Amino acid sequence: MKFLLIEDNVELAQAVSTRLVLDGHVVDHAESFVDAIAFSDNGDYDLILLDIMLPDGDGRDFLAHHRAQKRDTPVIVLTARSQVSDRISVLDLGADDYVTKPFDHAELQARCRAVLRRKSGSAETVTRLGDVEFDPVAGQLSVAGEPLVLRNRELRLLELLINSPGKVFSKQKLFDRLFSYDDDASENAIEVYIARLRKHLDKSSLTITTLRGLGYRLDNE
Amino acid sequence: MRYILVLMLLFWAAQVQAVEWEDQQLFKGQSGARTLRVISSTDTAIFAPVIESFLQSNPSLDIDYKVAISADIYSEFRKNPDQYDVVVSSAMDLQLKLVNDGFAQPVEGLEHPAWAQWRRSLFGFTLESASIVINKAAFEHLSVPSSRQEMIEVMRANPDTFSGRIGTYDVRQSGLGYLFATQDARASETYWRLMEIMGSLRTRLYCCSGAMIDDLANGTLVISYNVLGSYASAREDVADKIEVILPSDFPNIMMRTALVASKTLNSGAATLFMRHLISSRWSNPDSENIPLPPLTTFQDNSQQSIIALNPGLMVFLDDMKRKTFIDEWESAIIQP
Amino acid sequence: MSKGQSKAGVAAGSLRNRLVITLIGVAAVLTLLFYFVIRAYAAQIALQSQDNILGASVTAMLDAAIIREGVVKVDLPYAAFSMLNTDSDDRVFYAIYENDSLLSGYTDLPLPQRESRMSSTYRSGTYLDVPIRQVTASRVLVGADTRTRITATVAQTQDSLSGTLQRIARNAALYGAGFFSLAVLLAIWAISSTIGPLKRLTESVARRGPQDLSPIVKPVPTEMVPLVSSLNQLMQRLDESFTQSEDFIAEAAHRVRTPLATVRSHAEITLQRVDKEENRQALRSMIRAIDESSRAAGQLLDHAMITFRANQLDYQPIDLVALAREFVRRLTPLADMKDIELRLSTDETVMVSGDAILIQNAVRNLIDNALKYSPSESAIVIRVYATPAPHLSITDEGAGFPDDEIGMLTGRFARGKNAAGTIGSGLGLTIAQDVAAAHGGTLSIGNTKEGGACVTFWF
Repeated sequence: MKFLLIEDNVELAQAVSTRLVLDGHVVDHAESFVDAIAFSDNGDYDLILLDIMLPDGDGRDFLAHHRAQKRDTPVIVLTARSQVSDRISVLDLGADDYVTKPFDHAELQARCRAVLRRKSGSAETVTRLGDVEFDPVAGQLSVAGEPLVLRNRELRLLELLINSPGKVFSKQKLFDRLFSYDDDASENAIEVYIARLRKHLDKSSLTITTLRGLGYRLDNE
Repeated sequence: MRYILVLMLLFWAAQVQAVEWEDQQLFKGQSGARTLRVISSTDTAIFAPVIESFLQSNPSLDIDYKVAISADIYSEFRKNPDQYDVVVSSAMDLQLKLVNDGFAQPVEGLEHPAWAQWRRSLFGFTLESASIVINKAAFEHLSVPSSRQEMIEVMRANPDTFSGRIGTYDVRQSGLGYLFATQDARASETYWRLMEIMGSLRTRLYCCSGAMIDDLANGTLVISYNVLGSYASAREDVADKIEVILPSDFPNIMMRTALVASKTLNSGAATLFMRHLISSRWSNPDSENIPLPPLTTFQDNSQQSIIALNPGLMVFLDDMKRKTFIDEWESAIIQP
Repeated sequence: MSKGQSKAGVAAGSLRNRLVITLIGVAAVLTLLFYFVIRAYAAQIALQSQDNILGASVTAMLDAAIIREGVVKVDLPYAAFSMLNTDSDDRVFYAIYENDSLLSGYTDLPLPQRESRMSSTYRSGTYLDVPIRQVTASRVLVGADTRTRITATVAQTQDSLSGTLQRIARNAALYGAGFFSLAVLLAIWAISSTIGPLKRLTESVARRGPQDLSPIVKPVPTEMVPLVSSLNQLMQRLDESFTQSEDFIAEAAHRVRTPLATVRSHAEITLQRVDKEENRQALRSMIRAIDESSRAAGQLLDHAMITFRANQLDYQPIDLVALAREFVRRLTPLADMKDIELRLSTDETVMVSGDAILIQNAVRNLIDNALKYSPSESAIVIRVYATPAPHLSITDEGAGFPDDEIGMLTGRFARGKNAAGTIGSGLGLTIAQDVAAAHGGTLSIGNTKEGGACVTFWF
């Protein structure tokens, strides 16, 4: 997906961009209100991440401008303010959701998905591999045309694997991506989810191969 | 020495005999312990029922009742104010002056009309009119005068009938007579014309009503003027011979008044007696013997004719004024 | 209405009482003055009346003096005495003198020492032991070759006058009392209407919401304008101070949290790149520490704000059901990450009166707790009902509260035994309990039959 990140703190912007790129997204970075306007007016983005406090103009003004332009690109606000009243007013002004800094990327992703889901469905997010269709935004999997119901973690595990077919993911890596940092589950919980996913993909052309000592790999036969 | 003694005797006699008592009577109560001394101008015969009815309800008292003419009562009481408890008199002016000069004490708590009392010390208890009294027989063929003007006319028309046979008070002697005469003179000029007519007809002068009524009854008089009508009406023995006429122009109505002496030592008993007098309990309209007309007699119309109890009454008691009046009266009524 | 009211002002005397006492005192003084003045004036007039009549009487007497045949005669008119008749039957004394010899009357009636020629002299004295008012006047009769001075004096007791004076005094007192009562009533009315603007100002300020620091614009009487101006200035300073504090806090939050966000992002990135187990653990540990500090800061700020707000709650009607629904919507993405189901079981609507911000804070903290302590693939049920009293309860399927610790868990920073290993300071329950108390409600903690925790917020 194509992100527009409007954040005046360069270091944070770099970190966030890198993290998003790691997941395979494209990120444009605007450092100021003026740049933000320029970028958003000319570019076509799937999602805008907006820091509410900008040096030359409140993020609120950008929101107002954005809505005035009648663009429907969803906006998620990055805010350091903890006042409930602040958050509420941000939503009133036209943001679709917000995360508080410092934020968990997994949470950010989850909110992005939720926000995008609410927009009129974009077909570009569907990934097809073999006879499996997977829409990470909508959170839907269909095998040979038959829709299946998966739990959230199962979906995220599949997303990881299906985006890089043939790549080996270690247990640790998978664990880090699926479980939050204060979760005290053991890494063996991954085995449980792999098993479940295998079951779902049983009838499909995809298989998950266990490589002992190395990890797991999704293959398309 | 003897000369002095005689003088002293004469002097003492003069003091003692200054007052001529017409009557003196001691009315004893059933168990009389105290004596109430009453000095009065009302004949005992007329006043007796009053006293007797009082003693019936107050048996522990005696009443020493002395009668004299009103002028004597005045001077006697003034001289010896501590010798009498109650003073009753028909001379309203003299009574009022006694009260004015401090010889009476107030009697509190008596309910009495304001016009019939003065300073809560002088209480009027009868209403009696100055009247014309005639010998009925003498007027058989004459029109009975009912006003002063009519008297003048009938006298003028029949001088022979009336000559020497008219009676009236000698105002020099009678306190009540003086009061009636002065009030009359004050009221209108007709009085003096009447006096002149009467004087020209050799009017007889009397000190008291009683004698006048007797002479009317026996024919010595045919008419008397300014007589106390109530006395005449009270005389049952001569009721068929005389007639009492209330003057129609304006009657002079006097109140018999009583006061309690300021120096009395029997103020309690005196108060009771005063209360009795005022209540007119002794005058029962239904009884045969009505001694004196009570205050309710002339209730309907004659309020103005009642001689008013106010300081004006003292005017004619002024020496100069009195002298002037008597001089005039004498020159009118006593003609050579 | 609010718990923890600020200190009421200390009263030193009362404006109303002071005004009342002053006005009534003034009215009393004026009434007394009025009484005495009226009494004196009326007495003077009454005395004047008596004097007038006495004067008329003596004049009538003098007018009746003539010289006839060389002899002085005074023909007393009846009216001279009858006009002296009074309601109290006052006694009358008189004397008439020709030059210095008594013609008639009371011999011992005292004459004034020096009479003025041709005009009447009035004096008060006693005669026969009673007080009298006496007038004396003279007239000169001119005869053929003589001039005779006729002096007449008339005196009268003053019973009627005293009766009149008593009546006057009584009436003056009555009128005075009447005026006084009227004055008191008017005073009370006047005071009420004067203090009215003060009361109205007080009411309008009291009626303001807890956050309302806008200036008072309602017109007030001139004398109150300086007070209102000072009040407005004070409120403006307060408002600025609050805004500054808020701005400061916001700024501080931003300054602190932005670098933290940078650190966390980098940590996450690095975690993707390292393989060594010890490096991984270190990085995970770093991230946990950042999360903990961030959460702690957030809760500390929340707690501070609640303590501040609890003194003047901004009471609004709030639909708890709508609030719960909004939370579920917002937190579902978070719950999904752990495959935790957020379920809502409610009445159609449950209205309560409360401070929206505080309640949201409390509920958010409670749900955060539930999310933290619930295992994956469990359910958190939020129930909102109006009976027996409006309440919101959150049940999870976690480990529940240790029975022996339930009492102390709401103490500040207390964390139970089962919280070992989970991030977060212990302020969550404290915050919720403080908010409940501020609303006059309670927070109850317990365990479900299955062992999970159940926290109920009662209004």
